[in-house]
Amino acid sequence: MSVATIIEKCRADNRAALIGYLPVGFPSVEGSIAAMKVLVESGVDIVEIGVPYSDPVMDGPVIQDAAVRALAAGVHLTDIFTAAREVSAAGAGALVMTYWNPVLRYGVERFAADLAAAGGSGLITPDLIPDEGRDWIAAADAHDLDKVFLVAPSSTPERLEAVTAQCRGFVYATAVMGVTGARATVGEAADALVSRTREHTDLPVCVGVGVSTGDQAAEVGRYADGVIVGSALVRCLTEAQSEAQGLEALGALARELADGVRRSRS
Amino acid sequence: MTTTSSVPAYGRFGGFGGRYVPEALIPALEQLEEVWRKAVVDPEFVGELDRLHRTYTGRPSIITEVPRFAEHCGGARVILKREDLNHTGSHKINNVLGQALLTKRMGKTRVIAETGAGQHGVATATAAALLGLECVVYMGRKDTERQALNVARMRLLGATVVPVDNGSKTLKDAVNEAFRDWVANVATTHYVLGTVTGPHPFPEMVRDFHRIIGVEARQQVLDLVGRLPDAVLACVGGGSNAIGIFHRFIDDRSVRLIGFEAGGEGVASGKHAARFSAGIPGVLHGAFTYVMQDDDGQTVESHSVSAGLDYPSVGPEHAHLLESGRAEYRPVTDDEAMEAFSLLSRTEGILPAIESAHALAGAMKVGRELGRDAVLLVNLSGRGDKDVHTAAEWFGLIGDDGSPRLPDDDGAKGMGEQQ
Ligand SMILES: Cc1ncc(COP(=O)(O)O)c(C=O)c1O
Repeated sequence: MSVATIIEKCRADNRAALIGYLPVGFPSVEGSIAAMKVLVESGVDIVEIGVPYSDPVMDGPVIQDAAVRALAAGVHLTDIFTAAREVSAAGAGALVMTYWNPVLRYGVERFAADLAAAGGSGLITPDLIPDEGRDWIAAADAHDLDKVFLVAPSSTPERLEAVTAQCRGFVYATAVMGVTGARATVGEAADALVSRTREHTDLPVCVGVGVSTGDQAAEVGRYADGVIVGSALVRCLTEAQSEAQGLEALGALARELADGVRRSRS
Repeated sequence: MTTTSSVPAYGRFGGFGGRYVPEALIPALEQLEEVWRKAVVDPEFVGELDRLHRTYTGRPSIITEVPRFAEHCGGARVILKREDLNHTGSHKINNVLGQALLTKRMGKTRVIAETGAGQHGVATATAAALLGLECVVYMGRKDTERQALNVARMRLLGATVVPVDNGSKTLKDAVNEAFRDWVANVATTHYVLGTVTGPHPFPEMVRDFHRIIGVEARQQVLDLVGRLPDAVLACVGGGSNAIGIFHRFIDDRSVRLIGFEAGGEGVASGKHAARFSAGIPGVLHGAFTYVMQDDDGQTVESHSVSAGLDYPSVGPEHAHLLESGRAEYRPVTDDEAMEAFSLLSRTEGILPAIESAHALAGAMKVGRELGRDAVLLVNLSGRGDKDVHTAAEWFGLIGDDGSPRLPDDDGAKGMGEQQ
């Protein structure tokens, strides 16, 4: 099922959707899935299931650290199928976010088939632009999967037109020029980018990179269809003294963010 | 992903290459391509680059025939293209001057670079000093240690050197960090990528800036021996010095093009950087090419005594030259490279970079295969000054504390005592 349906429902409730990122495999495969379920119980509408990758050029130190530790703990690509199954069974949208090489290595068509079979909604591809994504676009269309490509503050009107034309599910607007990680302020670039993106598409536009607090979620939720939070959630787990304490901190932050998107338009 | 189509897709060599980067960088790559394509047909740009080659780098670089070294190459004639004599000590300056001039044309004020051996970082710091640009160089922590002299050189030239502690702490991780900087600062910053990989247009652009190596060398060899060489040999890290000397010879079908990768402790050991022996096509750092990776598509760490060849991926045009059969690629182990390093030093009085020593070791093998009538052109991509510490340790000329070990000291096996 496309995550657009979930975002539509949130829109009907007059609020932005809350999208939470966690990498599979940190602190363990089971531990990460338990954490994803905590997100869902705490009000996250869509879980972005991250594939830990050895060379994550779009990620800042927090997500890099989690990826390194997940890989050292022995996570495998196929673990995301387990996570997707559990997240969708828990009632949330399951979108996988991955750098391109792991999918290429697995086989694009085979990956799409296995993801669809696991109940995954589709992929967010931070280093695959639609221009290079012909195989993925074909496989996603064949298996009824979402294709979430990114736009950035630097995107020209021509790029916004070309990229949004290939998206399904939503368009991922990166709020700032830079890698993932919490920022003190999300800034005006995000608002402007969302407006510019809407000139080219009727798809939902969700904003990510830099959001870490309930107040920021409320601010972004005023103009975006979805608020994406990554590093701040991951940090709850990487900095925890124990798994139980990590899950507790994670739940508290997720509830704060969920409250943020609920109060933003009232 | 077709690799056989005769009409290459945009930004590709056969099926290799492309642009696998975050959308945020696409406008910068489009701008770079536009400015570059205009510049290379603009007499002002071409004239300025030519002037710098002649009056700053010292081009054309000479060729040197090395008969005493050639005795160890089956008696074939061996001719070195002396990129080691360029200002800053390697071929890297050819590319950097081109990109630094483009940086000015784009109105950018800051350059960043990755470096492994430090040669590309030194070249970038040099060009930045010459043209008044701010310069930040990313370098893996392990490389800052084995190339400490070059770290000092870059800092003396006014650059900031940032050691990278992620991953394998080598070149691959320095590239990741440079990309992260670039995404955040692309409005003011140009990423001076140091080899023929990365997203389009880098592989093609960097190649064209190095093409002068082969253009000069082809004529120089014709003038010296009256015919084309039988083989052109070069070491292959990312592949810039190799493509630079190969490219002018691609249409000379009688000339074999042979690249030498770092075989490290041997391909069977897994500790190497022999992408064409053990890699699989995939994506790393913006290009679809050969990548050392595991079954999950995670990059596998490479190993080499040579920091400049210690990289798990390789330029996409080399992948195409391999698949089309136009070029061959072979591994050379650390031991073989260090033996060639020692031999060239002792027989010809030329200390090569350890990277270039891989091509020299290749010449020893290929010369023995082809015999006395063969003419081999070898790209001596850099000088060995930066490697004196590594070589002195390798040959036991210094102790663990860096103090000299003389021949009568217990355990010394200096280069002089080797043969
Ligand atoms: C002297 C020298 N040769 C070769 C290389 C390898 O790079 P490439 O394969 O791009 O020529 C380096 C890289 O640092 C170098 O310093």
